[in-house]
Amino acid sequence: MKIKDINKESGEFQQRALDTVCVNESHLNHPWWYNLKYVFVGILFGIVFVKAEIISWFRIQEMFRLESFHMYGIIGSAIAVGMLSIFLIKKFNVKTIYGEEVEFHPKTFNKGQIFGGLLFGLGWAMTGACPGPLFAQIGTGTTVIIVSLLSALAGTWVYGYFRDKLPH
Amino acid sequence: MNWINQPWPWYVAGPLLGLIVPALLLIGNKTFGISSSLRHVCAACFPANVKFFKYNWKKEIWNLFFVAGVSIGALLTISFIPNAGIVNIHPELASDLTKYGITDYSGLIPSQLFSWDALLTARGIIMIVIGGFLVGFGSRYAGGCTSGHAISGISNLQLPSLIATCCFMIGGFIMTNAILPFILKL
Repeated sequence: MKIKDINKESGEFQQRALDTVCVNESHLNHPWWYNLKYVFVGILFGIVFVKAEIISWFRIQEMFRLESFHMYGIIGSAIAVGMLSIFLIKKFNVKTIYGEEVEFHPKTFNKGQIFGGLLFGLGWAMTGACPGPLFAQIGTGTTVIIVSLLSALAGTWVYGYFRDKLPH
Repeated sequence: MNWINQPWPWYVAGPLLGLIVPALLLIGNKTFGISSSLRHVCAACFPANVKFFKYNWKKEIWNLFFVAGVSIGALLTISFIPNAGIVNIHPELASDLTKYGITDYSGLIPSQLFSWDALLTARGIIMIVIGGFLVGFGSRYAGGCTSGHAISGISNLQLPSLIATCCFMIGGFIMTNAILPFILKL
């Protein structure tokens, strides 16, 4: 907590906390190959994406046409398991494998969640993919999705460029 | 061992996805989120003096390893344990799509909409290019995507994430039911 409090004073933390969901960081310095464990988790994630047809454009259309429970079941049960896990981590003060305290960062409301959320939803139903499935679709060999991914990068960049002019 | 070649049901896939939240927290104090990876790539490759991209992206490099894993996992699945047979599609969706000439259900993604050939058609370019742009722009504007807001955020009882998720859904309903029919007609 102490190191975090100092960081919180700095502008960098403020900006990162507002803009990215990934503000948690370990205060330990590890060599780069420690990151390989995230590749492993990513691989499991990718396998589930394909096996459960989460990356299917058809499944996303069915969700938004209320023709299938599949995606609602997946997102709902994922949230339930995530919620229970976080509850247990907090309740029993479970530490990371390196013995650090697990950090949680509350999100602050801003209008971006509404405007951005609506725009994201439009794109989600068009591509049939949120960012995770884009990476998975490319992995399954639909190489044209690289164009979607580059467009998504362009979208991210354009947001960053006009950020101060957009309502938040 | 039949299950390995069948599509997995929601009650298997959903809890497995949910377990990624504690897995990332416990192996390195990381919050599950995908769309930030796009920002880190911008920050690493084209910061162009934009304040939003001037931060130490190297601290977040784990996220790029994670998304690389997602692609590798998908590649491994399609190579070794693909889902057998064609994608099972709701008959009403199939009959609506047939009207627009989308008749190939052999893959998870309709090749008549998403392929290099389709990229040269009006509807293809709209869905691939503009769709992708909205995903990137919208998720960053909202501060997260389905993983960061809907799964991580709501799991941690964050009201802003619930609001964002509702807006994701509203946007999706509008696109699929009100706008997409016009795009598919092109």
